[in-house]
Amino acid sequence: MSSHENLPNSSHLAQHHDHQDGECCGHCEPEPTRRDFLFMTAGAMGAIAAGSVAWPFISQMNPAADVKAMATTEVPIASIQEGQAVTVMWRGKPVFIRHRTPKEIEDANAVDVSTLRDKQSDSERFKVNPKWLVVVGICTHLGCVPLGQKTGEMKGDYNGWFCPCHGSAYDTSGRIRKGPAPQNLHVPTYSFISDTVIRIG
Amino acid sequence: MSAGPRTPFGNPVVEWVDSRLPIFTMINKEYGVFPTPKNFNYFWNFGAIAMFMLVTMIVTGITLAMNYAATTGAAFDSVERIMRDVNYGWLIRYIHMNGASFFFIAVFIHIFRGMYYGSFKAPRELLWIFGVTIFLLMMATAFMGYVLPWGQMSFWGATVITNLFSAFPLVGTAIVEWLWGGFSVDNPTLNRFFALHYLLPFVIVGVVFLHVWALHVSGSNNPSGVEPKSAQDTLPFHPYYTMKDMFGLVVFVTIYAIFIFFMPNALGHPDNYIPANPLVTPAHIVPEWYFLPFYAILRAVNFDIGIPFTDIVIIEAKLGGVLAMFGSIAMLFAMPWLDKHPVRSARYRPIYRVALLLFVAAVFGLGKVGGMPADSPLIHFGDFFIFTTTHVSQLLTLYYFGFFLALLPYLSKREKPLPIPESIHDAVLKNKANSVSGA
Repeated sequence: MSSHENLPNSSHLAQHHDHQDGECCGHCEPEPTRRDFLFMTAGAMGAIAAGSVAWPFISQMNPAADVKAMATTEVPIASIQEGQAVTVMWRGKPVFIRHRTPKEIEDANAVDVSTLRDKQSDSERFKVNPKWLVVVGICTHLGCVPLGQKTGEMKGDYNGWFCPCHGSAYDTSGRIRKGPAPQNLHVPTYSFISDTVIRIG
Repeated sequence: MSAGPRTPFGNPVVEWVDSRLPIFTMINKEYGVFPTPKNFNYFWNFGAIAMFMLVTMIVTGITLAMNYAATTGAAFDSVERIMRDVNYGWLIRYIHMNGASFFFIAVFIHIFRGMYYGSFKAPRELLWIFGVTIFLLMMATAFMGYVLPWGQMSFWGATVITNLFSAFPLVGTAIVEWLWGGFSVDNPTLNRFFALHYLLPFVIVGVVFLHVWALHVSGSNNPSGVEPKSAQDTLPFHPYYTMKDMFGLVVFVTIYAIFIFFMPNALGHPDNYIPANPLVTPAHIVPEWYFLPFYAILRAVNFDIGIPFTDIVIIEAKLGGVLAMFGSIAMLFAMPWLDKHPVRSARYRPIYRVALLLFVAAVFGLGKVGGMPADSPLIHFGDFFIFTTTHVSQLLTLYYFGFFLALLPYLSKREKPLPIPESIHDAVLKNKANSVSGA
């Protein structure tokens, strides 16, 4: 072994290097010492400790228990006439429930799915009955609420919804057809409790 | 900062303090006799003006916070109470509201000054980086401050901007919910924005301290871009530049006061006097004017970037826009390494000068289209050729990035500068001679 094994154990790592550069070839690997091992393990433990102290302060910003507990919303849908739509709140977000006309369903089916940006057929967008379309009313671009729920509001080029913020147009199946939004309007988790009541969430 | 050799003060109290903590010696060294190039023009006022605005914002902000309630149920009403019932509340709020705009005006001019006269070049790169950091922190602070009144623009601006982070693949949604503390912008969001809006200005004060410290190590740049060589080139900071800064400040504050007292809402948006409503998106969401150029860059990328003739998308339009917007700030950070031309001042770089002024025009143009609805037609030639605001923002964005990534590196190698003066003193004399012969 080389001379630096004789160095006193107390020498600091940096001194160790200096010493070696002076005496040795200059590029030979320093032999790991017990001290190096202690440095590494103490450093690793320190990093874990710092991380575990930081985590509660980071995680407190995540949704709190009461926010997450805002469970489900039940909506009676019997009174929604064909061609009408209602907006309900779920988890602080609007949900669009649309009672589609046969013409709207036909339009939604008439599209060649392979030409769409977010490729989904109409049958992947509704549950049980094609008359009822339930989507989260938040544009997948930057979170605005699209227009098209009320009569007289602009519905865009595809007769579904139109986002006024950056001009995204959705079709009668809530699929993105034009504009900057990357995805179709999201379909929330929901189920029919009866023929006239749905539960969202 | 350091305790160097000290000249005793005549006043016994000052001397007693200074011999224990040489703070008066330091003030005299850094702001009294500090050698400063003698050829500053009025562009050199804006650092001091920005400093004044920072102090103004902190003082008015703390007093507003004494009357503000950061919950969704009470925020809007508490701001209206400040406007109507709190003594001088209207004044303090209008100073703060317009102060944000005037702080940005000062900082934009200050940044332009740095670009025009090459103040970002060696040995001032770190000084410049601290400056851009301050600018970033200011943007974060201003954005969160705008959310606090909880009007329609507050709510929807916050929704649009926080949703930007959802563009990042895989972790996007988790990041956004972490920012919100829920599933949409709501009470937890407002609460934390208030806490951070209060904190960040003090972080800015810290970075300003580093910025000024670095400035006092390298010394100021000047309009000629030539470093001072002898005592002939400099003047003591006091009284020459304390007075010049004071004069510039008075002019600036006069204009600021005109806005506060005669047109306090001219720079704001009327929709923010409608209480926030998560169910109704305003017809046209616009950020505050100082964000418009960056907003235009965000909206300019409305196409997916992928492999041509396939469906493979590498960067979705939304992510592309976000990357372009953050990239536009990153360009400023990289500027000292993109522009390696040995001459600092644009006075002696005719091509750079034109390129930079065009860049400024492009930023103004981006600001203009950023405030207009996306895709609204500007020029028609029949039905086939329609030129829209989006096309304009795309062209200007191209120039924005082209300026940094193509023009600056190219000019660094190729641009032939005009003859550079021997010294600041020479530059000043030559100017005088020219103006005399011209007259």
